Amino acid sequence: MTMDQYAETFREETLELLSELEVGLLELEQNPEDVDVIGRVFRALHTVKGSAGMIGFDEISRFTHEVETVFELVRSGGLPVTGELVNLTLAARDIIREMLDKNLAGESADTEIAEQLVAALRGLVPTQDDFSANGVAETAELIASGDNETSFHIRFRPPANIFHRGIQPLGLLQELTRLGSCKVIAQTDAIPGLDELDPELCYLYWDIILTTEHDEDRIRDVFIFVEDDCELKILPINEDLLAQSGEGGRLGDILVQHGDLSRDDLERVLQAQNKPKLGEALVQAGVVTGAQLDVALEVQAEVKRQKQKREAVEESSSIRVRSEKLDSLVDLIGELVTVQARLSQTTAGQDDPVLNEIAEEVERLTWEMRDHILNIRMLPIGTTFSRFQRLVRDLSQELGKEAVLVTAGAETELDKTVIDRLGDPLVHLIRNSIDHGLESPEARRKAGKPEQGTIFLSASHSGANVILEVRDDGGGINRDAIRDRARSRGLLTSEMETSEAELINLIFSPGFSTVGEVSSVSGRGVGMDVVKQAIDSLRGTITVTSAAGKGTTFTIKLPLTLAIIDGLLVQVAGEKFVLPLSAVEECIELSRQDVANANNRNLIKVRGEIVPYLRLRERFSLNGTPPEIEQVVIAEAMGQRVGFAVDHVIGEHQTVIKALGQMYRNVKGLSGATILGDGTVALILDLPPLVQDAEADERILTDSIH
Amino acid sequence: MEYLTFKLDGDEFAVDVLKTREIVDLRTVTKVPQSPDFMLGVINLRGSVVPVIDLRLKFGMEKVAAGQSTSIVVMDVLVGGETLIVGAMVDSVEEVLGLDDSQIEPAPRIGTRLNTEFIKGMGKQDEQFLIILDIDRVFSTDELAMVQGAAEQPAFAE
Repeated sequence: MTMDQYAETFREETLELLSELEVGLLELEQNPEDVDVIGRVFRALHTVKGSAGMIGFDEISRFTHEVETVFELVRSGGLPVTGELVNLTLAARDIIREMLDKNLAGESADTEIAEQLVAALRGLVPTQDDFSANGVAETAELIASGDNETSFHIRFRPPANIFHRGIQPLGLLQELTRLGSCKVIAQTDAIPGLDELDPELCYLYWDIILTTEHDEDRIRDVFIFVEDDCELKILPINEDLLAQSGEGGRLGDILVQHGDLSRDDLERVLQAQNKPKLGEALVQAGVVTGAQLDVALEVQAEVKRQKQKREAVEESSSIRVRSEKLDSLVDLIGELVTVQARLSQTTAGQDDPVLNEIAEEVERLTWEMRDHILNIRMLPIGTTFSRFQRLVRDLSQELGKEAVLVTAGAETELDKTVIDRLGDPLVHLIRNSIDHGLESPEARRKAGKPEQGTIFLSASHSGANVILEVRDDGGGINRDAIRDRARSRGLLTSEMETSEAELINLIFSPGFSTVGEVSSVSGRGVGMDVVKQAIDSLRGTITVTSAAGKGTTFTIKLPLTLAIIDGLLVQVAGEKFVLPLSAVEECIELSRQDVANANNRNLIKVRGEIVPYLRLRERFSLNGTPPEIEQVVIAEAMGQRVGFAVDHVIGEHQTVIKALGQMYRNVKGLSGATILGDGTVALILDLPPLVQDAEADERILTDSIH
Repeated sequence: MEYLTFKLDGDEFAVDVLKTREIVDLRTVTKVPQSPDFMLGVINLRGSVVPVIDLRLKFGMEKVAAGQSTSIVVMDVLVGGETLIVGAMVDSVEEVLGLDDSQIEPAPRIGTRLNTEFIKGMGKQDEQFLIILDIDRVFSTDELAMVQGAAEQPAFAE
């Protein structure tokens, strides 16, 4: 690795950590006391500091250290999480981000702002004495947690006459604490009433949770002189304990395993229990003591810790690969798919069972490999969701609106390229929703809605597509404003009848923007048409629905991957073309008689509905006459059904998409090319521009008639 | 420097051999609609889609049916700071030839029947002239876009 590569890896890692930090902080804003999240924030800071120091970006390292110090305090309970702290830390995150860019470019960042922020953060910290005790205890525990450790639950019940034999239980317990980090809970339920109490006997017994590098035998050694007379149980705490149950091992099961609770009692309490907390119910029912419960809870927590640790280990078993490497892998598999298609085509004509078998095997492997490789490029979309939380928070503050972002389906996976290119359109839609969609808090109150508006962002799978939704519960789209604007822009003539859906979808037309005033947020000269273009370029579609007073929903439908699509192979004048199968609805025959019946208009009846169609032969100026019976492929484009008349429909074709390249960038209506089984190249149709062009031509035609 | 030479309509042309990748036989070319005539279309070059232009048409020569020796010279062309792989269809490929700078003369302004912008210089081999092409210029997309605009004109006149 060269230094540059180190720097690049560092940059990627740091960006990831910073987004984790951001997510954590925003979560903390909602749940200021969530210890897990505080831990996450702290670790993110700690790692940024560490790796920055390692690679020599001292500026970042020093600055992050200051922030980390504050969070160390928070973690040890010495400082509460306040809105101010979250704000300052978010600002600090932005500064780190800036420092990162600047330092990588070899410049140094603006230290003044950084210093101001450090001063402000320090201002939050109380004086030293307030927290020292707590803080120290915590760090000690931290140091103790190594890697080869196991945890044990030890139940030590000495014989009552232990003192008579000159053995001091305290000494044993102290020896245990030297083996590792240790939590001792004394059980007092065996202490009799005063009238029966013999002060020379030992009624106590202990539960110890010990995390140690040593094994069980070493623990037994501690009790070597008393083991024969005392009750000593040593149970390793591991995840098997919880394998049968979900969240951290069920409390009841742990208690039963310790022998503190009989299965029958547990069942009884469980049945009677109508409270969410089993522990409290058990204590109330008198079947276990509070101390026994504490032990069980402690065991449960330990198990949870182990699980987290294991998950952390699993996480680190993944490796980081440059996305270019994946891209070249996708290219290669694309070639392989093509070659495989040729192989199948060649062998199909031959009467050689051995050869055919090999070809089939190659086919199977190729498809399997293709699926795996495409799968590697899939990432959960949630990685982009997190940046929107911040966006909504900042924007609503800026615009004086109250808004919260609710996301769903963050785990939905999409091709990395698609995710990367989806960011900007989504930002735009969310901005739009907050700026134009949501009303001011007063207006919302008057309308009987909660003052805080909600933006829903969701992702879900639907067949070979991913559906994204950006929904707000705002005022909805003003249809009259759209109609007026569309007319003044010449997008709509006054006689033109439009359906509701057609009308609102006009906002995606180029040069359309309904808000007169330009706010700093949306209306930077970038309209919805840009969003639509971006989605189109991902071979997706976007539609909008809106209900007055209830809100607006933008629905984006995207293909799972950009590299390979299912296509429908057709032929016109000897040339082959591929239509994206996802858009195709059905194929219909068109005879000369049909054409004559429709008075040579390009209209076809599909089960009672009149559907317009384009002749690819005409659109592409191809020679020759169409056959007696043509085929019309009915597809969905630009939100409507449109037919495409072709000579023959050949069939489905797994299409590896290749770019047509710079030289053909001006050609409209084609989204790329693909290589067919016989080695020739077929062009892939891009339906929306084709329809758009046809509409434009028609308009010119009708205008010249009038 | 070494040059690859090829023939077009009886004239001999040369390009810097370092710009060329390979020479392939003519194969099925898929025409891309709405593109000017000289842009023949795209071919499959071992799994890549490569555009091919007909240099005869590009240089305003007469179109002829492809013959036995018709070949495609695949080249790296620098267009707008980006390297593209492009094929050029020629009548026949001749040889690789070494030429000193002293053997190259500047392009005459007239008499070549070609846009002088495309010409880097004139070489002389035996008694024959050799037109050394600036292949990046030939393929520059501004030039292509211009031609494309011109090609669209007749469509409007219909």
